[in-house]
Amino acid sequence: MLTFTIRRLILAVPTLLFISLAIFLLLELAPGDPMAQVPLTVPAEVKEKMRLALGLGEPMHIRFWKWLVQFFWIEPQVLIDSLFGTSFAEDKLRVISWQTRSPVMDIVVQRLPQTLSVVGTAYIVAILIAIPIGIYSAYKQYSWFDQLGTFVSMVGFSVPPFFSGVLVIVIFSVQLGWFPSIYDTTHKVTDWESFLYQLKQMIMPVMVLALQITAQLSRFMRASMLDNLNQDYVRTARAKGLGEYVVVMVHVLRNSMIPVVTVIALGIPSIFGGAIITEQVFKVNGIGQLLIGAIQANDLPMVQTLTFIFAVLIVLFNLIADVLYGILDPRIRYD
Amino acid sequence: MTELSTPAPAAAPRSQWLDVWDQFKSHRGALMGGVLFVSILALVLVGPFVYWNDAKFVPTGRDFLRLRDMRPIYTALWDSGAKMDWAYPLGTDNLGRDTLARLMFGGRVSIAVGMAAMVLALLVGTLVGVVAGYFKRLDGLLMRLTDLFLALPLLPMILVAAVLFRESLAQAIGPEGGVFVLIVCLIGITSWMPTARIVRGDVLAIKEREFVLAARSVGTTNSKMVIRHILPNVLSPIMVSATLGIATAIIAESSLSFLGFGFPPDFPTWGRLLNDSVDRMILYPERVIFPGLLISLTVLSVNYLGDGLRDALDPRIRGR
Repeated sequence: MLTFTIRRLILAVPTLLFISLAIFLLLELAPGDPMAQVPLTVPAEVKEKMRLALGLGEPMHIRFWKWLVQFFWIEPQVLIDSLFGTSFAEDKLRVISWQTRSPVMDIVVQRLPQTLSVVGTAYIVAILIAIPIGIYSAYKQYSWFDQLGTFVSMVGFSVPPFFSGVLVIVIFSVQLGWFPSIYDTTHKVTDWESFLYQLKQMIMPVMVLALQITAQLSRFMRASMLDNLNQDYVRTARAKGLGEYVVVMVHVLRNSMIPVVTVIALGIPSIFGGAIITEQVFKVNGIGQLLIGAIQANDLPMVQTLTFIFAVLIVLFNLIADVLYGILDPRIRYD
Repeated sequence: MTELSTPAPAAAPRSQWLDVWDQFKSHRGALMGGVLFVSILALVLVGPFVYWNDAKFVPTGRDFLRLRDMRPIYTALWDSGAKMDWAYPLGTDNLGRDTLARLMFGGRVSIAVGMAAMVLALLVGTLVGVVAGYFKRLDGLLMRLTDLFLALPLLPMILVAAVLFRESLAQAIGPEGGVFVLIVCLIGITSWMPTARIVRGDVLAIKEREFVLAARSVGTTNSKMVIRHILPNVLSPIMVSATLGIATAIIAESSLSFLGFGFPPDFPTWGRLLNDSVDRMILYPERVIFPGLLISLTVLSVNYLGDGLRDALDPRIRGR
């Protein structure tokens, strides 16, 4: 197991390098010019100096190397500094945003809690809803509950978040006036009242995100339960006189959870990607909105860093899913 | 001398596609999805020839004030004072353009983008899948490439590319054609991976079958083998991923348009229409709901269609 984990870790390095190269080249080969917004009255030599100040003067491979060093060497040092109060990264050049002229990672760290609280809650809510639904609809296959579950998850697949989000805003905040339509990120939870408000403003984005995740997860749970319910060990368990509850909830469930756990792990990074749209609908001031703003403002270092963070998340959770699968199911140890 | 008499068959043998159709018919959701999809197609394709208002017509002067912000005709049921006109069944937008005509126009673009992107993704996916499955030497390389593509953060990269390449493509092909080509290519080259994996798996299984060995023993060349013997046998997974591909492509395009990175407002798609109406959804909720409902219904019907096709094309299920 250990050698497998180490092998996968080593394999992740070229993958990440390739992805960072792909992102870098995508931004590099694009025909846009970051100086396009500068007025025409600015002389050419001043423009050249401005390009140099943005770090654009050097050839491509040097800038790629510099970016790699900044991202993988200097930024971790900054992290260590802020955690332990050391001073490794003092006076070192960090990845600077062209919009705000401040380090990109500082802005990302500011925005991360908003995204994590909304997306994380949605994911937990979705798991808590999806697993019981999946278990019950597999146990009572082709019952009305199962049919309804199939239909609801088909709707969850098909309704895009920008429509379901807008729809719940129209219904619950415009017509009924129950919840605020805009997520207030400056809101601080200090007492019971403010906690209730926080709960109220989180309900709609969390529900929209959770609907999508529940749709996929409950189908997967159902399929996995169905695979296991017909196995021989279930008949054995029943034959030796175990109660139905123990058979389903202990014997079958534990085995069916193996693929579901890996799917949950694999889904986490795609949730960050999907949350871009939900954040836009509810005006959540998170990472997704940061990315959209950076793209619109042509802030290439920010876009590069954010896209790469998404890529790191995907690779990391792929790795976690693989290792989890090996730990949970000894039959599929790879070595 | 006894004559060997073979009894004449009672009826002509059933063709494979008739069996498929019979199984498909028994899947009620798929049948309903098919009917719904065909009627949405008919609405957006035939509709503009029957319907009297033009999607691009913008009234000016006094007409502009008279025709703008019209409500749908059913609003009269609860609000008799609402501004409405029987000539504009679903009302007009804030520039006086007819909503129904724009919905039909937007549907044409949305579905065209979905189909074109699906075809592109299918071509790339089938090519990669067949080559990886058939030629052992390329298998590892192509599958690592597929894994790498799956590890890319696709939505952010599509957004970035849509912004960066828009200007130059618009200059080369024209504003509308440029965006169309750009979005179709972006969606196409980021959604071929599942098809490639499925096709590769099937090709690997089919390659070991006896009929392939027989074909090889009579000297079939590799290209003939792929075209005549392998491809027809992996047709069913390709067809299923084609239908599901339309659904994902339509959603991807609408998400792009919704975020403001897709088509321009005078060349709308359903996603764009929805995005344009979000600011005024408190006063005119119908302008948000109609395009959103159309996107959802199209995707839902295509998903059910794909589900039914999957069952119908699977010979193990078909027999029962």
